Amino acid sequence: MSGLPKARIATASLAGCFGCHMAILDVDERLIELMKLVNVDRSPLTDKKRFTQRCDIGIIEGGCCNEENVHVLHDFRRNCDVLIALGQCAIMGGLPAMRNAIMHSDAPLRECLDEAYITGRYIRNTTHNVPNDPALPLLLDEVYPCSQIVEIDYQIPGCAPEGDVIFDTLVKLLAGRFHGFERDKIRFD
Amino acid sequence: MENGQSSVSRDAASTGEVSAVPAADITAICAAFDNDSHRMLDILRTVQDRFRCIAPSTMDAIAAQTGLTRIEVEGVASFYSFLSLTPRGRVTIRLCDDIVDRFTGLADVTAAFEDVLGIGIGETSADGAFSLEYTPCIGMCDQAPAAMINDVLLVGLTPQSARSAAEALMAGKTPEHLISDRFDELSPQERANRMVENNIRHAGEVLLGPVPADAGLAKAVEMAPAQIITAIEDSGLRGCGGAGFTTGRKWRFAAAETAEKHYVICNADEGEPGTFKDRVLLTERPHLLIEGMTIAARAVGAREGILYLRGEYVYLRPLLEEVLEQRRRRGLLGESILGIEGFDFDIRLQLGAGAYICGEEGALISSCEGLPGEPKTRPPFPVNRGYLGFPTVVNNVETFCHAARILDRGAGWFHAMGTEGSHGTKLFSICGDCLNPGIYELPYGHSVWDILEMASGQEAAAVQIGGPSGTMIARDSFDRKLTFDDLATGGAIIIFNGDRNILEIVEYYMSFFVHESCGYCTPCRVGNVFLQKAIAKFRKGLANPDDIDYLKDLSATIIETSRCGLGMTSPNPILSTLQNFPLVYSAVSKPSKDGIRDTFDIQSAIDSARKIAKRRSYLYDRDFTK
Ligand SMILES: Cc1cc2nc3c(=O)[nH]c(=O)nc-3n(C[C@H](O)[C@H](O)[C@H](O)COP(=O)(O)O)c2cc1C
Ligand code: SF4
Ligand code: SF4
Ligand code: FES
Repeated sequence: MSGLPKARIATASLAGCFGCHMAILDVDERLIELMKLVNVDRSPLTDKKRFTQRCDIGIIEGGCCNEENVHVLHDFRRNCDVLIALGQCAIMGGLPAMRNAIMHSDAPLRECLDEAYITGRYIRNTTHNVPNDPALPLLLDEVYPCSQIVEIDYQIPGCAPEGDVIFDTLVKLLAGRFHGFERDKIRFD
Repeated sequence: MENGQSSVSRDAASTGEVSAVPAADITAICAAFDNDSHRMLDILRTVQDRFRCIAPSTMDAIAAQTGLTRIEVEGVASFYSFLSLTPRGRVTIRLCDDIVDRFTGLADVTAAFEDVLGIGIGETSADGAFSLEYTPCIGMCDQAPAAMINDVLLVGLTPQSARSAAEALMAGKTPEHLISDRFDELSPQERANRMVENNIRHAGEVLLGPVPADAGLAKAVEMAPAQIITAIEDSGLRGCGGAGFTTGRKWRFAAAETAEKHYVICNADEGEPGTFKDRVLLTERPHLLIEGMTIAARAVGAREGILYLRGEYVYLRPLLEEVLEQRRRRGLLGESILGIEGFDFDIRLQLGAGAYICGEEGALISSCEGLPGEPKTRPPFPVNRGYLGFPTVVNNVETFCHAARILDRGAGWFHAMGTEGSHGTKLFSICGDCLNPGIYELPYGHSVWDILEMASGQEAAAVQIGGPSGTMIARDSFDRKLTFDDLATGGAIIIFNGDRNILEIVEYYMSFFVHESCGYCTPCRVGNVFLQKAIAKFRKGLANPDDIDYLKDLSATIIETSRCGLGMTSPNPILSTLQNFPLVYSAVSKPSKDGIRDTFDIQSAIDSARKIAKRRSYLYDRDFTK
């Protein structure tokens, strides 16, 4: 392995809680081992906001709840050879997708925003407005799993996936030895 | 329907008659069925016919009379599409919206009705006079487009005939008088023949040729029950309802059960789109059918039978009631049939209420028991524990007719016809793009080409064998044979010429299964919706080659994990066209560019947010900065 050039990876957190990124850090001291195999390009971990060059692997946390998520995801798909959906939100929409359950409404998004900012029982919002700063990205009509927006090559299940699973999967992928998960590793909690 | 909109309601509120059902009427209706909860479907049908709906208050009253809970009554009332919880028009018009009707001008026929009545599909006029609806295949495929107007059938509709029918109804004519001004004077047989053509194109030796009255029954009373079963077994007769189970074995299993009672049920639900052969037998050979049921009763020791008639064939009810009554009078039904001490058997007619799934024998039994028409978990099989838990033989109309003929002419006679493994003759109901749609009685073993020649449909590009749950084949397979071992069918053969869009047909069939799934199994209830959506994606040109794998995987899951034959066959329109028309799929799918999915449309996804925020997108509204 030492003879090979280091692989280049990038990560992004879309509509997620950042828990999956914390789980990447959960590989603990093996992070040092991992860093011997990869360079990290665009990622909240490096605070690089743009791709500096094409990457081998892109890791996505979270699904898409707003237009910026879509934009970032498209950017990742165009700039990464292999795209991994990490965690339940990226794979299925996860917790944010609970708003998709507002379906028997003529204006589901409006209902969602009203409840979140104005009418909800535990809301204290003295402005009585839904935030609408021009810098805020527009929300999507519903929350989409990544695979509905772009093609996804691998999915690592879990909320969040265990650090061990993330480490094993990445190491095997980089060595070209990844052939799916052991049954007991396919867990969503 | 611009003009209709203001005067139209979809719900109970404005038609107001919901609460007006007098308690005494409900009590009387329930009493007419002995307050028996197993007759719930009859009770609800009667209430629906009289009061145009099953209102919440009537459900309470019915529950009280029959000793059920309200929710049990509502479970039945909400299951069947001919029953409704909100008022339907005094005249309810149901247009068959099968793909065959769509290809023969349904849209214009619909427009004519909508225009004259001033209501759209799914609506009821404000005065409660009319409702207009779509319904799946009503068994008139050889004379499409067709419609049910209350209990009356109109066939071969054109925009002109639809318009004049609608105008006559508007002018106060009853549906019956659309058929004939002397309708009341006609016999049930004449009424049926006036409404619907039989279109018998080819009579075979067994069923549609000359049939001596009750000759099979006369032989059967001379035989011991075990001998009857042996004769049916030896004939090689297999069920004609689709599954093709050996009839003699079915009877033997039922006869072998020791039980207080046995039942014989005739499946005249005929719901598979494209199938209408039982309709013709019920019209032309009703005595033969009852004769066959009576023979089966003797074979398995049943004293009671049920003839389950699909709700769409309600126009045949008077005819069948009359036949049953005649046979009782002649000593062919009732006690001591043909004077044989202890040979007692009688039949009640059970009318369905618009649910394809009730053709599945478990669901059919549930429906006869007054329950929602849901299949039952198997085993136990009906022959072991069927209607009300008693051993029950369920056979198709045609199967019983064959059985009666076999007893008359002998097992060897029947066995000699057809092919090895598929003995005797079969009724094929042929419709679609051909000059001579109708009924053909032929021995098993003819090729599809033979059929196309007979029906003058040689232009066919695709033939659907066995209805949506069967197989669609292309020209290169037209030399395949109609037998159980090659192309099995309950009778339906639907012909499509080269102008027809295969994916449109497939999408329609999937929507049929979505509509008709009873909803018990999640893979069937939800999976078929996903399949339908996936096909829609192909039709829009948005599919990837990956989506073909998705179709196959999901289909396999649905087949593997569904409880009854509906779910086990519902992916067939997709699987058989993937196999036999692969180019249709590959022509409209393309790999997504750069791995970005075309199916996701950012503009429509942000549209509601754009309206709420009252601003445009920095990212996706290109001209924002200009
Ligand atoms: C979804 C579904 C619908 C069916 N519809 C009918 C039907 O309309 N008529 C029929 O005779 N059999 C129908 N069947 C087959 C019956 O379950 C049963 O096999 C048949 O009535 C047995 O009679 P046979 O052996 O004489 O064919 C259907 C099966 C399924 C799974
Ligand atoms: S999968 Fe769980 S941990 Fe990961 S972003 Fe979603 S909620 Fe957070
Ligand atoms: S397979 Fe479909 S129709 Fe059959 S029991 Fe299950 S849900 Fe009902
Ligand atoms: S009645 Fe319309 S297709 Fe069968």
